[in-house]
Amino acid sequence: MKADTYAAIRAAIQASIPAATATCLSGDAEGQVMFLRASDSFDGSFGDPALDQAVRARLLEKLDEGGAGAEELEGVRVFFDSYLPPPHLVVIGAVHTAIPLVSIARIMGFDTTVIDARGVFATEERFPHSDDLIEAWPDEGLAEINLHHGVAAVILAHDEKFEDPALDVLLKSEVGYIGAIGSRKTSQERLERLKARGYTDEQLARIHGPVGLNLGGRAPEEVAISIMAEIVAVRNGVDPARALATAKSA
Amino acid sequence: MRELLEQIDSWRAEGESIALATVISASGSTPRPVGAKMIVSGGGKMQGSVSGGCVEGSVIEHALDVLAKGEPRLIEYGISDDMAWDVGLSCGGQIEVFIEPLASVS
Repeated sequence: MKADTYAAIRAAIQASIPAATATCLSGDAEGQVMFLRASDSFDGSFGDPALDQAVRARLLEKLDEGGAGAEELEGVRVFFDSYLPPPHLVVIGAVHTAIPLVSIARIMGFDTTVIDARGVFATEERFPHSDDLIEAWPDEGLAEINLHHGVAAVILAHDEKFEDPALDVLLKSEVGYIGAIGSRKTSQERLERLKARGYTDEQLARIHGPVGLNLGGRAPEEVAISIMAEIVAVRNGVDPARALATAKSA
Repeated sequence: MRELLEQIDSWRAEGESIALATVISASGSTPRPVGAKMIVSGGGKMQGSVSGGCVEGSVIEHALDVLAKGEPRLIEYGISDDMAWDVGLSCGGQIEVFIEPLASVS
């Protein structure tokens, strides 16, 4: 990979701009890289106009699909790779459990944001490890964030005056995961409350509550890891209800 | 790639040449997915992984050779490999790893 191609990938990753590459694995152009940044800026060539055109078309698709894989195009083997913005954990409620949850999320490569209107909770001292700390009401704080599919939002604020404004924003967004802490009873009451306000069952099915896989733990760190485990399952398309059983039988 | 940028920057600042190894295909039960990456410095240091530690040693050797020759190469690892005794994947899976010089100026 040439220095300028690497520099372009590096810049895109650091600016959280989606990008995709195609590396030629066979023929004269072996090792050559074609590059697409933000769906409109192509670079590089494999030296064959028909092949280049086919590669550019696939690069555009890769920006949506994500992932990586090798394919045959015009008789040439090409490896596609994508560089999408990192997953983003957004925690509403700067409570104790949020501290280890942010730590684990960072290990997992997530960007992290913590939102809490209460200045005593949302302090730099408690969250020196969070990328972003927003002292605001949930709906105001969420308005500052790009709520794309790679966002996992976890509501740890155990109070409907924080929960409901947050859920109003999240349920209208494309976020890939919505979790809300609370007992089975609290979760049921939350659903009924939201249903009374006009949300459909289908919309409410996006809310994971009680949040997290049932690992049996109660310590903040144990709860945090059960939440992150559920986020991982959902991101990988595994039904959280089956996640633990699956791990056992696999 | 994101997790490797800092290490790449630091090796480049030290004047190290760098090879990038990427899992191009994987079949069977393999520990790292397609797209997994590791980097190898000219001095033989490594970061990241392409398997659960099964083939990294061999990848480092190939990477150093790739840096010496300046040419990329594609390596296959699997149970059916001739070298299965020393660098096969004990999980029984197969992977292909593409190794290229990174950030070469030419």
